[in-house]
Amino acid sequence: MTFGLGVSAIGQGLLWATLGLGLFLTFRILDFPDMTVEGTFPMGAAACVAAINNGISPIWATLIAIGVGMLCGLATGLLYTKGRIPILLAGILVMTAAYSVNLRIMHGRSNLTLLDKPSLLKLPIFAHAPMYFDSVFLGFTVIVILTLVLIYFLQTDLGQAFIATGDNEKMARSLGIKTDNMKIMGLMVSNGVIGLGGALVAQNDGYADVNMGIGVIVIALASIIIGEVAFGELTMNQRLVAVTLGSILYRFVLLVVLKLGFNTNDLKLFSSVVLALCMMVPVFRDMFNLKRVWKRGISTHD
Amino acid sequence: MTKPILELKHVVTKVNRNTPEELTLLKDLNLSINEGDFITILGSNGAGKSTLFNTIAGNLTIDSGDILLRGESIANESEERRTRFLSRVFQDPKLGTAPRMTVAENLLLATKRGEHRHLTPRHLKQHMAEFKEMTSGMGNGLNERLTTPTGSLSGGQRQALSFLMATLKKPDILLLDEHTAALDPKTSQELMTATNERIIAQNLTCLMITHHLDDALKYGNRLVVISDGKITYDVSGDEKQQLTQEKLYSFFSDLQE
Repeated sequence: MTFGLGVSAIGQGLLWATLGLGLFLTFRILDFPDMTVEGTFPMGAAACVAAINNGISPIWATLIAIGVGMLCGLATGLLYTKGRIPILLAGILVMTAAYSVNLRIMHGRSNLTLLDKPSLLKLPIFAHAPMYFDSVFLGFTVIVILTLVLIYFLQTDLGQAFIATGDNEKMARSLGIKTDNMKIMGLMVSNGVIGLGGALVAQNDGYADVNMGIGVIVIALASIIIGEVAFGELTMNQRLVAVTLGSILYRFVLLVVLKLGFNTNDLKLFSSVVLALCMMVPVFRDMFNLKRVWKRGISTHD
Repeated sequence: MTKPILELKHVVTKVNRNTPEELTLLKDLNLSINEGDFITILGSNGAGKSTLFNTIAGNLTIDSGDILLRGESIANESEERRTRFLSRVFQDPKLGTAPRMTVAENLLLATKRGEHRHLTPRHLKQHMAEFKEMTSGMGNGLNERLTTPTGSLSGGQRQALSFLMATLKKPDILLLDEHTAALDPKTSQELMTATNERIIAQNLTCLMITHHLDDALKYGNRLVVISDGKITYDVSGDEKQQLTQEKLYSFFSDLQE
């Protein structure tokens, strides 16, 4: 039983790591928080489940989810760069609009199940895996491909221009990099990946829910930050891998919380607390810096 | 007679257009720059030196007049588009480099200034030997730090790197906006010497804003003074060689009267 829960946590961690990787592109590389993800994630889920219910194959349904995610990113990107709306607000606008769109996609229902319909997890290569291992295999396959694609992308001339845009926009422009286009591209790729995450999670859970986007940005941030806190100074490629490991670690933290007797309704509270604590690690390091405390203890007051 | 590479004709640049704070920064400015000119630019604060650079680089659009590159108007080209022929170094060391990227990565970005960037591998390794040689010419240890993020370099190293990045792919026009002003006197002097050597070696066309009268006199073949949005003094060749600090000072005090 406990072993099963552990395997399940790894599977969940791998599937949800797509969110962390998607958000990494905007949060860490472009250096701004993109709220769109809270609308993109359920939209990817809704589009995928609706497509499968309409008889489209799970692979195509998943690709459609990536497509609608990219459209959301495009909308936010245009509002932000061409419409000059602050990024936080642009993301919230698209996220709010997406709620209505998601209800449309799900024909006015707030919940859409897959029931006996096919899904990626029921593909022959995954279906014969033991209990819980199907999501591990699927998650692992997707994460390996995604991570390799991102590593390749970031090492291309275009990827370097993308990184430079987030690092020093003025310099990037003075080298002829069209920074607006880079931001739009980043938002599109990021939200496409998050749409993929929604599709995967929905197929794993067997349904899409219009409220499943609430708080996902916290979960995505948690994978990024936990990875960074746990592994410290890393190269760009290592950081991408750390996101996935952070996502799995985060699932184990949740497992412990549930084992302590809290119920699933408390999880969002714990997600926020875990993320807040991790983000305050540098502050705590300063506060509890023993060397400094010791120094203070022996220095005279002057 | 050499043909002008860049011409500014009756250029007027305003900021805060159609607001009560509207200001005219360049007032019917005319300047003709010949190929190979190394022009030092003097002027008091607010005279319009930086505005001139921002107008040439496309950060500011002009209200009237025209800017011509080899006879073709570039007045409506975007800032990004103008980087095909133009590069610049800013005064603030933080502005010229990407802090989280390494020295080599920054240099690599500069090799493609003004070009389209595709989904092709960047080939950083193939450039390392070339970057090593180039940076060792600056004589400030930059060549030992090719894989260091530029955020942890000294200000002098960063400015030297910014300068290298601006000249790596030969620009038709190089704009130096007080690029040594934020450095200590010794570092500043070293960078200025390296700058001069590279400009002469590559036969670059360069405009350099400076507040040091002796630098303005010592370097370049032409000296221009801007005051109140216009070119008020323009000397070149022998006349510039014979110019002294005293003459310049008296010129400046005349202006103030």
